[in-house]
Parts: sequence; structure tokens; C-alpha cells
Amino acid sequence: MENETVLRVSGLRTEFRTDDGILTAVNGVSFDIAAGETLGIVGESGSGKSATCLSVMGLVPSPPGRVVSGSAIFDGRDLLNLPPEELRQLRGKEITMIFQDPMTSLNPFLRISTQLTEHLVLHERIPKKEALERAVEMLRRVGIPEPEKKILRYPHELSGGMRQRVMIAMALLPRPRLVFADEPTTALDVSVQAQILELLRERKAEMGLSLVLVTHNLGVVAGLADRVIVMYAGMIAEDAPVSLLFARPLHPYTRGLLDSLPDPEKPRGNELAGIAGTPPVPIALPDACPFAPRCFRAADVCRAKTPQLETRHDGTRVACWFPLDGGAV
Amino acid sequence: MKPIMLEVTDLVKHFKSPGGLFRRAERVMALDGVTLSVPEGETLGVVGESGCGKSTLARAILRLHEPDSGRVTIHGTDWTALKRKELGRKRVEAQIVFQDPYASLDPRMTVESTLSEPLIIHRKRNGLRMNASRIGDRVAELLTTVGMSPAFAKRYPHEFSGGQRQRIGIARALALNPRLLLLDEPVSALDVSIQAQVLNLLARLQRDLGLTYVFISHDLAVVRHISDRVAVMYLGRVVELSPADPLYRKPLHPYTKALLSNHPVPDPVRERSEKRRRERILLPGELRPRRPEDRGCRFRERCHLQTELCGRVEPALEEKEPGRFSACHHWDNV
Repeated sequence: MENETVLRVSGLRTEFRTDDGILTAVNGVSFDIAAGETLGIVGESGSGKSATCLSVMGLVPSPPGRVVSGSAIFDGRDLLNLPPEELRQLRGKEITMIFQDPMTSLNPFLRISTQLTEHLVLHERIPKKEALERAVEMLRRVGIPEPEKKILRYPHELSGGMRQRVMIAMALLPRPRLVFADEPTTALDVSVQAQILELLRERKAEMGLSLVLVTHNLGVVAGLADRVIVMYAGMIAEDAPVSLLFARPLHPYTRGLLDSLPDPEKPRGNELAGIAGTPPVPIALPDACPFAPRCFRAADVCRAKTPQLETRHDGTRVACWFPLDGGAV
Repeated sequence: MKPIMLEVTDLVKHFKSPGGLFRRAERVMALDGVTLSVPEGETLGVVGESGCGKSTLARAILRLHEPDSGRVTIHGTDWTALKRKELGRKRVEAQIVFQDPYASLDPRMTVESTLSEPLIIHRKRNGLRMNASRIGDRVAELLTTVGMSPAFAKRYPHEFSGGQRQRIGIARALALNPRLLLLDEPVSALDVSIQAQVLNLLARLQRDLGLTYVFISHDLAVVRHISDRVAVMYLGRVVELSPADPLYRKPLHPYTKALLSNHPVPDPVRERSEKRRRERILLPGELRPRRPEDRGCRFRERCHLQTELCGRVEPALEEKEPGRFSACHHWDNV
């Protein structure tokens, strides 16, 4: 794998105005993604994993949301400071997206053919006939049977799994360098999910693109991600290569997430370790570790000061006063 | 042998899909002859993908959807033969918990009203009155049972998190001391750390109250964790029924095997192992609703074991090994 950095996000902070005060959805998030890398971002609802992606893509609904500070450097340009038209251009071509619910991103009034070729024809000035051929070929490659016929259909005429494939085809068609996939298989049945994950795995390897995979499903990142960021209350709790994260979690929250899952290899019926309590709503949080109220290791310092995200010599990062390996560097 | 709490025999429920301008009305066979039983104090897990009929099963058992034919016996009483009025009285014995804790609680009712409603209705039905302080005591007791503070009684649903709402949903189901709980995807809408808490709560309640569960879920790992036996459904029928451990170790139906091979394991070493990749069975095509004129095995179009026999004869759910049932002609080849 090349080590060239495709995207560098630094100090990202995004706020939402709510009735209860300013909610800090993303609170100082920094990460890189390398060419060809699949980065998993995991966390529970409200952890800021989706908000991080939407912020980078310039898709935070405003108002009530606002990217307050930070930068996202892609190809020497800061995505957070681009003129809207330039960002739109980039978003349809170099960076694309796959969402959980294809019906939110497919236009119900347009045939699949129109939606797939529009960008190629308008922005890349590819003749309509050639654009259509490329679209049919891509539909074939995402596993849609009889793509010449299916491309003339409307979104509602396809099943959920097929619509998800169309959306993946749409995201891959412009040959992007970076794809954001936000819960791409969450709405799908497990047999369809397996098909879609296999598809992403194959196409990614073939096209050499970088993938940001946002999901709450630890099984999905275990199968697909090279590296995983665990988010909690808008911050990065831990960032590690996938094998290390599962084998040797450093943050007690990561440990708790893994212990919440029933282990198919263990005898049944034991109590799940889980995590007590509920995640905080990140409004006016005090200067403290946001996980401290739920943490079995919490001490006075955890309740008095927010731990910094420290980088280890092996490149893993953890934000904890008492990491599970005793803080070895 | 433990006495049987729930017995379902050849249960059938069809729906008519509404016809439209461009679509013919079609009969959808949501339940197409389901047979199963659950011993007292045990948990039967029911797994399957969308459209397999697992949610319809829970509703048809309780006659929330009136079944077309078949029989449901709960704690010795034939529920399918009950008149409406008797059914109302019997409902005390079997209750349901729904998936969505946001949709299943009335936003305008305090926790106290939600939990006391079944108590008051039931008393009225039996010509009894219950005084306010006894109702208050019972509400406090129910909240404590599901691990919540009785101080929450005066609050409204929107003041609670998803996990707390699901606890309230469980408390409501427990209000009249049922023997049987039908749990329809009770943890699917919850984050994993909260899911673990609710699973632990359900296990504790079963131990303490001697409850019998039917636990419906699409999550194979969760079902294995909580179930004594597991039923796998496909297009309105049970295709495999077995004690949990052997089912996961060595399934006797190709659909079960495919599901297990597709379920992502939260362990990168195992999930990426050569063995697991080799054994992964990607099911071709998609679930196609079965029509009344269809013959043969309902799974055959997507099955890698199908033969000419499968096209002619629909395999019945039969005991293939002691305690293990499979509806497959080629069960010994899975």
C-alpha cells in the first residue's frame, strides 16, 4: 500500500444549535487517510461519526449546524474553505458518497439511466451514448442482472438491495479517489449485506480508492477496514490498525464495546459485560473525560481534565489517562 | 420433560397486497404453515430476514393479526378457539414487546399512566376496583423490576433514552404477570452497549419470574446468546428448529448455513481467515414471495444443493437427529 495521504483532517469542530444549548457534535477531530486505505469510523448514536463525514463533505445542514473550525486538506485544497461550486465539482468526481438509505440520494422521478449519466454528460462532457455504456458496465460490475434493462427503471421499481447497488455504482462511476460510505449496509438483510460488502471489497481493490466506512457494526469493520477510529461524544477515543484494535484495545470504551457483543465462540448465557449508563449529550460538557461516568477505571484526574489523544510510536492513538496496557509507549 | 407453554400448529396467515393502477392484487403468504413449541421457562429464538414472517408470527400467536387457520395453545388453552371477550381476559398470560421504543409508547402519557393502564383495564374487566395507592405501589415495583428508579413515574417518554424506553416497554408487558413474552426485535434499535444491558435484564427477569420467551431477531449472535432453541424461518415457514449450540456448530439446512456464513463476526482474524472466506455462501438473487401455485422447496432457487427432487416435492420439517428438525431433502449434505 502507498503511504501518500489522500485526506488530512485537522482540528475539526462542528456545532449544532439546539433548544438546550450548543451541541458539539464533532469536538477537535484529526485524522489522515492514505491512498488505498479503508478507514472504519465506529461509535454509537450521537458519537459524531456521521457528523464528521458530513462536515468534511460540506453537507452539514446549516442552520442549525456549523463547522466552527478545522481543515480538511484534499489534493492541496481545504475542503472546508472552498467556494461552493468548486466543492460541488470535487464532490461529484474525486470524492463521492454512499448513504444508508438509497431513497434519500436517488431521485424518485428520474430513471436510473439519467441519474447515472447526468454528471458524466454535464461535467465531463462525455457523449451521451458513451456515458450510457459506461453506466451499464458499472451496473454489471456491481452485480445488477440485465443492466441494459434495469437502467431504464425508476428507483421504486427496484428492491432495497438493488437500489443500494445502484447507489454504489453511482459513487464509483466517476472513478473517485475517496468514497465516504455512511452505514452502507445497515438497512439491509444479512445475506444482502454480505453481497454488498463483498462488492465493496472487490471494487475497492480493483480501483485502488480510499474508503471511509462509517458504521455501528463492529463485524463489518472487522471484515473490511484496515484501520479503525472509535468515537465517543464527538471525540476520537482510539485509533488503531484493525487487528490491534480488536486484539488489544487500549481505551476502556473500546473494551466495553467489544464486551457488549455476544461472542459466538464462548458458551452461551453468560452475563454480557457491557457498559453501564448511557452516552452523554455533548452540550456544555465539563473539562473531563466524557467517558469517565461510565468507566470502570475512572479516577480523579479523569473527572478533572480531558485526556489528549496521544500518538504511540506504532502510530496508534488513544485518549485515556489510564490506557489498558498501562500506558506503555 | 418440562410442560409446554406455547404450542403452534400449522399456523397460516395470508395478506392481500393492495392492487393498484399498475399492479394486480396478490396474495402474500406471510405464514404458510408454522409449527413449533416452547417448553415452560425456555427461550425460543426466531431468526430470519425481512419478509420471512417472523413478526407476523408473534402477532398471529396473540391474534393481533387473526390467523386464517391453524392452532395456538398457550398454557393449555386453545387461543384460536377463544371468543373475543375471553381472549381479552386471557391476554393477561401472554404479552408482546415491540422493537421501536419510540413508536410503542404514547408520548402524551406519563410512565405511570402507561404502566397502570393495563392494571386498571384488567380490574375493570373482572369487576374489581383498585385504589390509587395500590396502583402507585405496583408501578414503583415494576420500575424497580426493570432497573429504573420509581422517581421516574411522573415523566414522559421523550425524557428517556432509547434503552430506558425499552425498559418501560418491558415493564408494561410485565404489569399483569404474564407467563409468556413475545419479544419482537427488542434490542435491534439500541446501541450495542445499551443492547447488552437490556439482554442482561431479560435474562434476569426470566430467571426471577420463570418467564417463557419467544425472542424474534435478525441478529444471529444475539439470538444464540439468549436462546435455548432456535427456529430459522424462510418465506413463511420454519426450515430448521434445533437446540442453539448444535444449530450454530453444524446447521442442518443450507439456508441456516448461508446465514451463519454471512453474519459478520466481530473479530478481524476470524472474519478474514481463509477458512471463513472459503465457507462464505453468497446467496444468489433475492427473496421472491411465494405464490399459492408454487411447488417444491421454497428455498431451492437460491440453494447450492438443489436437485430435481427439490423442484417437485416441498420438504417437510422433520426430526433428522434427536431434537433437531430440518426441512431439507439434503440435510445430511449441508
